[in-house]
Amino acid sequence: MLLVVLEHDRGTLGEAGREALTFGRTLAAKMGAEMHAAVIGAGAPEAAGPDAIAAEAGDHGAVRVYTVDDGVLSDFGPEAWGESIARVTGLLAPDAVLACGSERGNEVIAQAAVRLDAPMVANCTDITPPGGDGAEWSMIRVQWGGSLLEDATLSTAGPALLTCALHTVASSPVKPPPSAPPPVEAIDVDLPPELARTVVKERVVLEAGVTLPTAPVVVGGGRGVGSAEGFAPLEELAELLGGRVGCSRAVTNNGWRPHSDQVGQTGTRIAPEIYIASGISGAIQHWVGAMGSKHILAVNIDPEANMVVKADWAVIGDLHQVIPAISAEIRRRWS
Amino acid sequence: MRILCCVKRVPAPGARINVTADGLAVDAAHLGFTTSPHEECGVEEAVQITERTGGEVTVLTLGPAEAAEQLRYAASVGAHHGVLIQTDGAAWDPERTARALTAAIEALEESGGPFDLILFGNESADSGGFQVGVRVCYSLGRPIVNGIKGIEINGSTLRARREIDGGFEVYELAMPAALGVKEGINLPRYPTMRGRLASKKLAITTMEIDAEAGGQALVRLHRPAETLSQTTILGHGPEAAPAVVDVLEELGVL
Ligand SMILES: Cc1cc2nc3c(=O)[nH]c(=O)nc-3n(C[C@@H](O)[C@H](O)[C@H](O)COP(=O)(O)OP(=O)(O)OC[C@H]3O[C@@H](n4cnc5c(N)ncnc54)[C@H](O)[C@@H]3O)c2cc1C
Ligand SMILES: Cc1cc2nc3c(=O)[nH]c(=O)nc-3n(C[C@H](O)[C@H](O)[C@H](O)COP(=O)(O)OP(=O)(O)OC[C@H]3O[C@@H](n4cnc5c(N)ncnc54)[C@H](O)[C@@H]3O)c2cc1C
Repeated sequence: MLLVVLEHDRGTLGEAGREALTFGRTLAAKMGAEMHAAVIGAGAPEAAGPDAIAAEAGDHGAVRVYTVDDGVLSDFGPEAWGESIARVTGLLAPDAVLACGSERGNEVIAQAAVRLDAPMVANCTDITPPGGDGAEWSMIRVQWGGSLLEDATLSTAGPALLTCALHTVASSPVKPPPSAPPPVEAIDVDLPPELARTVVKERVVLEAGVTLPTAPVVVGGGRGVGSAEGFAPLEELAELLGGRVGCSRAVTNNGWRPHSDQVGQTGTRIAPEIYIASGISGAIQHWVGAMGSKHILAVNIDPEANMVVKADWAVIGDLHQVIPAISAEIRRRWS
Repeated sequence: MRILCCVKRVPAPGARINVTADGLAVDAAHLGFTTSPHEECGVEEAVQITERTGGEVTVLTLGPAEAAEQLRYAASVGAHHGVLIQTDGAAWDPERTARALTAAIEALEESGGPFDLILFGNESADSGGFQVGVRVCYSLGRPIVNGIKGIEINGSTLRARREIDGGFEVYELAMPAALGVKEGINLPRYPTMRGRLASKKLAITTMEIDAEAGGQALVRLHRPAETLSQTTILGHGPEAAPAVVDVLEELGVL
C-alpha cells in the first residue's frame, strides 16, 4: 500500500496535497498497490475538516483515508506531525509513504524518517518501485532547486519515505469520479504532550495584494540597474502593467531591494504571463525561479547573456533608457 | 549565548551546471566555492545575536580539507570558532552526514558546554536533501523548526517566524533549540579587512569521524532537458519600445 500524507492548513486541503495524490496515483499503479491517505490533525472548527478532505482525497484516487487527531495537533507542528506519521506507518506498514515536497512536506517526512530510523529521498520527479528481484527503489530527484537532476537509489528494510518535487504534476481528479467517498478510519496515536513545543503559537495575517508568485507581470532588475534608486522606472512600469518588481540575488546582496523581491533558487518562483528581465545575466540559480514564466523578455546590453539567449524576446540596450521608453509608449497609446 | 552553525561547502556555478564525466559530481574545475546561501545567513544571524547578547559562534562543516575556506570566511564576518569534520571525498549520504554531525556536536558539547542554539540551513544549496538538521536534532533530543525567516530572543526563549501564504506563523521554543533558516532572514555583511586578517589566524579544530552509511545512494547527475527558445530581437535601445508594447498588447497584459 502507498500512504499519502495530505498537507492541509488547519483543515483545508491545499494544492500540495492534491499534487501528492495525483503523483501518488501513478506511483501506486507502478507498485501494483492501493493508494491510501492520512489526514493529520482535525484543523480549525470553521474549516472543511477531515471528512471533506477525505472526500476530496477520494476524488483524487485514495481508496481509504485515515484520520489522526490528538490534543497536540491543534495546529501545525513538525515534530507532532512527524511522530503521527511514524506511528501510523508503524501500524499500517505501508510499502511507501509519500508527501508533496513543499516546505512543510519535506520537513514532516524528515521528522517521520528519523523516528523510523529510515532513509528519506526528497523532491523526486519520477519513482520506480523495486522490481522483481531488485530490492532497491530507484528515482530521479532534483538538486540545486531544479537546475540539476540526480538518478538515485534507495535501499531500505522498511517503507520508502519519499516526497515528490513541487509542481512535478498538475493536480487532477480521477475520471470517472468514484461513486462514493472512501471509507474513513480514525487512528489513535496518543502523542507525547511535550511535542507541543514546536506547534505554531501564533499566526499573523498580512494584507493581501498582488504577490510576486502570483503576479501576472514581473518586471525584474539585476546588477545592471546599478542602485536602489535605479529601480524607480521598473516600479513605474510594473505599476502600469498591474505587476510586481522582482530582482536577482546580486541586487538583494547589495541591499537595493528586500529579499522578498528575489527570484530564484533561494528566492521566489514566479509564473507570470510575462517576465521582463532587465540587467540580469540569467545565472542558473536565477533561471530556476524564472523558468515558470509563460513568456520572457530580456533587456540587456549583452546579446550573449544567458537571459537573452533563453528569452522569447529581447531588446539589446541600456535598461535605463529602454524601460522608461516602454512606459512612455504605454502612456502614449493610452492617451 | 553559545551558538553553533552547520554550513556546507558548495560550488558556485554560473549560467549552467556541468557534471563530471563519471556523473558523480558537479564539475567544479573552473568554479569557485561558497557556503550555501541559507547557511551564510545562519552565520550572520548568529553573529548578530552574539553582538547583542554576548557569547560565541562556532561554525561546523563536514567536507574536504578545502572546506576550511568556508570556516575562515565565517570567521571573517564574525564567527569565533571553526570545526572541520574532514572527509576523504567519498560519498556521504544525508543519514551518514547527520550521524557524523551529531557525534561532532556531542563531542563539542562535552568539552565546551551545551549550545543554546544550533542553526542549520533549510536545505543545502546543492544536493538539497531537506533532512540533515531534523535528523541531528532528533538524535540530540532538541526541538527544530525549519523555514525560519526571523528570530527574536527573549531570555531563554526564542520566537521564530516562518512565512506562509498571506502572512507568517510564529513558533516559540525554549532553548536549547535549533532552527533551519532561509535566506532573507538578514542581509549578510561583507568581510572587513580586519575580519579577513583575523580569519587567517583562526585555529580550526579538525575531527575525524566516520559514521554508518544510510540508504540513499547517488547514481548519476544529469542536466534537465533544456527548452531551446528562438529569441526574437525586438530592436536596439529605446527605439524598440513600440515593438515591446505590441508584444504586451498581444499577450493581453496591458
Ligand atoms: C562525490 C559525492 C558523492 C555523493 N554521494 C551521495 C550518495 O551516494 N548519496 C547521497 O544521498 N548523497 C550523496 N552526496 C551528497 C551528500 O554529500 C549530501 O550533500 C549530504 O548528505 C548532506 O546534504 P543534504 O543535501 O542532504 O543536506 P540537507 O538535509 O539539505 O541540509 C540541511 C542542513 O544541514 C546542514 N548540513 C548539510 N550538510 C552538511 C555538511 N556537510 N556539513 C555541515 N552541515 C551540513 C546545513 O546546515 C544544511 O543547510 C554526494 C556528494 C558528493 C560530493
Ligand atoms: C547556491 C546559490 C543560490 C543562488 N540563488 C540565487 C537566487 O535565488 N536568485 C538569483 O538571482 N541568484 C541566485 N544566485 C546568484 C547567481 O549565481 C548570480 O550571481 C546572480 O543571479 C547574478 O545576478 P545578476 O544577473 O543581477 O548579475 P550579473 O550576473 O552581474 O549580471 C548583470 C547583467 O546586467 C547586464 N547589464 C549591465 N548593465 C546593464 C544596463 N545598463 N542595461 C542592461 N543590461 C545591463 C550585464 O550585461 C549582465 O548580463 C545563487 C547563487 C548560488 C551559488
